[in-house]
Formats: sequence, C-alpha cells, structure tokens
Amino acid sequence: MTIKLMQGNEACVEGALRAGMRFYAGYPITPSTEIAEISSIKLPKLGGKFIQMEDEISGMAATIGASLTGLKSMTATSGPGFSLKQENLGFAVIGEIPCVIVNVQRGGPSTGLPTAPAQGDIMQARWGTHGDHAIIALYPNSVREIYDTTIRAFNLAEKYRTPVILLLDEVIGHMREKIEIPEDSEVDIINRKKPTCPPEEYKAYELKEGDFVPEMAPFGAGYRYHVTGLVHDETGFPAGADKAEDLLNRLISKIEDNVDDICTYEEYMLEDADTAIVTFGCTSRSAKSAIKSLRKEGYKVGMFRPITIWPSPEKQLIELSKKVKRIVVVEMNAGQYFLEVDRISGKNTIVEKYGRLNGEIITPDEIISVIKEGHNA
Amino acid sequence: MPSNLIKEYYREDKLPHIWCPGCGNGIVTRSIVKAIDALGLDKNDVCIVSGIGCSSRASGYLDFNTLHTTHGRALAFATGIKMANPKLHVIVITGDGDCSAIGGNHLIHACRRNIDITTILYNNNIYGMTGGQYSPTTPTGDKGTTAPYGNVDPNFDLCELAHAAGASYVARGTAYGAIQLQKLIENGIKNKGFSLIEAITACPTYYGRKNKKGSAVNMMKTVKEGAVINKAWDKLNDEQREGKFTIGELYNESKPEYTEQYAKIIASFKKED
Repeated sequence: MTIKLMQGNEACVEGALRAGMRFYAGYPITPSTEIAEISSIKLPKLGGKFIQMEDEISGMAATIGASLTGLKSMTATSGPGFSLKQENLGFAVIGEIPCVIVNVQRGGPSTGLPTAPAQGDIMQARWGTHGDHAIIALYPNSVREIYDTTIRAFNLAEKYRTPVILLLDEVIGHMREKIEIPEDSEVDIINRKKPTCPPEEYKAYELKEGDFVPEMAPFGAGYRYHVTGLVHDETGFPAGADKAEDLLNRLISKIEDNVDDICTYEEYMLEDADTAIVTFGCTSRSAKSAIKSLRKEGYKVGMFRPITIWPSPEKQLIELSKKVKRIVVVEMNAGQYFLEVDRISGKNTIVEKYGRLNGEIITPDEIISVIKEGHNA
Repeated sequence: MPSNLIKEYYREDKLPHIWCPGCGNGIVTRSIVKAIDALGLDKNDVCIVSGIGCSSRASGYLDFNTLHTTHGRALAFATGIKMANPKLHVIVITGDGDCSAIGGNHLIHACRRNIDITTILYNNNIYGMTGGQYSPTTPTGDKGTTAPYGNVDPNFDLCELAHAAGASYVARGTAYGAIQLQKLIENGIKNKGFSLIEAITACPTYYGRKNKKGSAVNMMKTVKEGAVINKAWDKLNDEQREGKFTIGELYNESKPEYTEQYAKIIASFKKED
C-alpha cells in the first residue's frame, strides 16, 4: 500500500493505467483536461499511446479504433464534448467495443458553466446516444473511489464488451485528497475474452453457451472479421430488420440480466431511518455531513448512494421505498435522477427532489433545512 | 465463375454488391484489391476502414480486418487503429461527401499528421446513398435533389486540399483508367505517410440522371475524356483546362510519419530503463 496526495483527475489516470489502459485519445476540455495531460505524460513511458485528436468526435472514434486492435482505451471529456461523443458511443454499444468514457461534468446546456460543478449529465449518460440500448455508468464520490471505480469501469467494459461511462464531479476531479493505493495483489483485473478457435471457425458476434458476450479478436491477430454500426447477425455482417430485435435484446439483457454484478452502492445509517436521502458524487459528501448533524438532533435520516448509477439499483430502491416514509433526491440539476427514483420508489413512498443549478455545491446546511422542512410539514 | 481475385480477397458470400448498374465503385474497389495483391500484403495485416455511403459499403465485401464506421469518421477510427497497432496497413475507403463534408476536419488533420494511412476517395460528385443531394465536389451549377435550381456552392479540389494540409502522397486516378489507378494505390500504400488517392468515378443513377449526362457508358467516356495526365496538364492554359482534371501522381514527398515519431518518444523512455 502506498499513500499519496492526489487530485481526482489524476487518480482517474492512475486507476486507468492500473487497469491496463494503453491508449488515450481525446480533445482538451475543462474540467477534464488533467486527465488528458497526465495520460500524455504517463502513457509513452509504459509503451502506451496518447493522441490529441482534432475534436471530441474523433477522440471517441480513435478510442474505439484502438480498442479494436486489443488495447484498453479511454477518452475523457466534459459537457459539450460528451454531447459530441454520443454518436460514436452508440457505435461502441452496437459494435460491443470495450472502452471507458470519462465525463467530468460541468454546467450546461451548451457552453454553460465551464469551470463550475454540476450533475446535469445523468440522463445524457443514459440516453445520449440514439436508439434503444443499455449502458453502464459509474459515479464515484472521492479521489480514492475515483481510482477504484476507474479500474472497475475498465473491468466492466472488458467483461461486458461495452462502453462504460465514468461520471465525475468537477469538485472531486479537481480536489486533492490523501489516498491509499492498493497493492497489485489486491486489485482484480479483467481482460476481454479472446477466441481460441481457429480463425476460419470464428464468428465475431456468436454467443457461446454459458457466455453473455462474444469472444473478441484484436484486429491483426489473424481473425479477419467485420465490424459495423449497422444491425448485424452473429457473423458481424449487416442483417435485416428481423435481426434487430434479437441483437438489441441481447445487448440490453447482457447488462440488465447482470445488474447484481454491475450495481454497487453505499448505504449509510439506513437501518432505522424513516427518511432517506438518495444522492451521488460530491453531493453525497454534503449529505453524509448533514446526516451526522441531523442524527444528533434525533432525526432518523440515512443515505442511499448509487455508485453504479446506470443500470439503476432498482431492487435496492424498491426495498428502501418500503422501509422509509420519505425519500429526498439531492442532486445538482433540476431533478434528473429524481425521475428515476420516483419511477421506482414513488408508488411506495413520498419522493421529493432538491436540486440547484447555479454552479455551487449543495451544502450540508441546505440539506439539513430541506430534511427539517419536510419533517415538520 | 468468380475470378481468383474474388476467391482470394472478397467475401464471396456477401456478393452481389448493392451498387447500381453502371456505378464505378466496383472498379475502384477492384483496383484496391489488385494493389494489395501486387504488393503481396498479408491479408491479416490489412485493415480496411470505411465511413458511410455507397463506397463505404466496400469494406463488407472484402476479406480483411474490416470496419464500417459512422458517417465521415472513417479517418478518425483509422487513426486510432494505426496509432495503436502501426504494423497494420490501414486503408480508408470513403466518398466525396463522407470525406470532405462531414469528415473534412478529420481529413485535413490526418493529412497534417502525415499518419501512415492510405485513403481511397471514391468521388462520384454526389451523395448517392441518400438519393442524389449535392456534395462538396458537385460542380457549381449542377443539379442535385437538394439543388433543384443548380448548385450554388463552389466545389472542392480535394487533392489540392490534401496537399496543402500536409499529405505526403497525393494522386488522382479514374475508374476508367483502372490499371493506372491500381498503380497509384500501390504507391500510396508504399508511401510511409498519409496518402490520398482520389478515384474519379461515376454515379449514373443520381448525378448522371439529374444532370442529363447520358448512359453509364457515356459517363465513363466523359471521365476518360476529362482526365489529363499531369505532365500534359501543365502545358494547358485555363481555357483548355475547362471541364478537365489532372490525373497521376500529383505530389510525392518524404516527410516524418506520425506513428514513427511517436515510437521515438516511447523508445526514449526504454533507453532510460
């Protein structure tokens, strides 16, 4: 174990390198730039590659291209850049190309608040690209957790052959904290499954019995196959509309059927709680502080924090809704995750939202008064 | 009975192709395959990347590592592939709209980097797959389904653009001159750097029909008659150049190649170890 003082964006790169990232393509954008800068310093030292592309779109495209050659690849961006990456993100979904897309969020829409924190890309992470699809998005709340979660993002990308989104908050991306870096032996690394069959028998998108993703051969290894953004059959070649349902259902279910493996979350002081705060990222830290104060005053408040924000921890939210009288979703937006929590929990309990849009973080005092107000009502 | 070329390099079961009768895309694609064959490249080391559009469907017909990407982005995907694995011969197949409109920015930056990618630009002067809208290479005044009164846009000379942006090898051939085109592609693949080979081809279904260019055969004749080899081109005055275009190797210069430059950075750290 090594102890280091580290910035959140730096921890993201360190975690990525530990996970095996050997390629980074991106375009500089605040507040994600340190991820590109540090990657450009560190990657060539490990024999990896960094390239600053001409725009966000090509950053995403090159990330996918590199992954197809077998390298673990990442790109990072913020707000408007995330919007631009969406089309190619969809390509990675349908082509089942593992990669990690980091979005250090900023206020929007459009150029919005470039250097101020916001949590407004919850729904963009879920539905930003067009069409029906499943997605994995992770949302850490500390520098140490950024390190661990970035490793996990790569592991999930490789395991499920899918792009994984890492949502960060500007304040944690730029914050420095003392972190403990675990020993190699403590870190599990997952690598994509490669084919073992002879090339002539390889079908690029064929599901073997007991597997939920097809084996993936790197371009150049003798398995000549076709990758397309079109609806395709198990050979990888374009197929008619009759195959669309099979393919999309498989892509959706490989994630939805494995929610228990994918979903991670934190429960804090929920054992006897009658009120639950649902929140994530930096706002969860304010919430924790608020809960400590409220508990001293006798309020039975706890917190549920999804770390995997997509897919939703539905089972846990239903359970929670049956246990508490009131859920308050605290987020730095106009109520995006509230929509999801209300959908899941709204029939069992009261779900309220508390948000803010002015580029300032939500303080513990604010949360305290929101909880107290509702309590008295 | 399919030719040996088809047996060796095409995915026979994916044929017939979707291109219209009289389309030149098959000839251009064959020239690429002939070039690969002539150079004796290992199929496993060749990666064909295409964008969206008629020409970009070629990747599916060819038995290499193939990638059919998003509209305009073939060069961006290809850049990631080449950068990640410089041993691969990366060949990009793109159309005039794909390459120079939506993908224009990627084109100029791939040229600027002089990254070792060979781009074959199938130029049929129109958006074929979406039904005949004008592209950045549709001649001014010509018609398209979105230029019913004649195209107002000035058109691009993509070879000049590529050269100005930094490509180390730039050539133009035609679907009529398939053997010359093959040679130009071979030289492009051999060039260690970014190569653009513009292949002038014909779209009788949309561009031809909209602009009363006659039959497919007639359009091919027009391509033949319009093409002037670059040495002869220099002797023509502006008036004589009207309606014609220059073919052959237009620019061929040695410049540092991107992935090699980056490899030097990686090597510098190995030395320190």
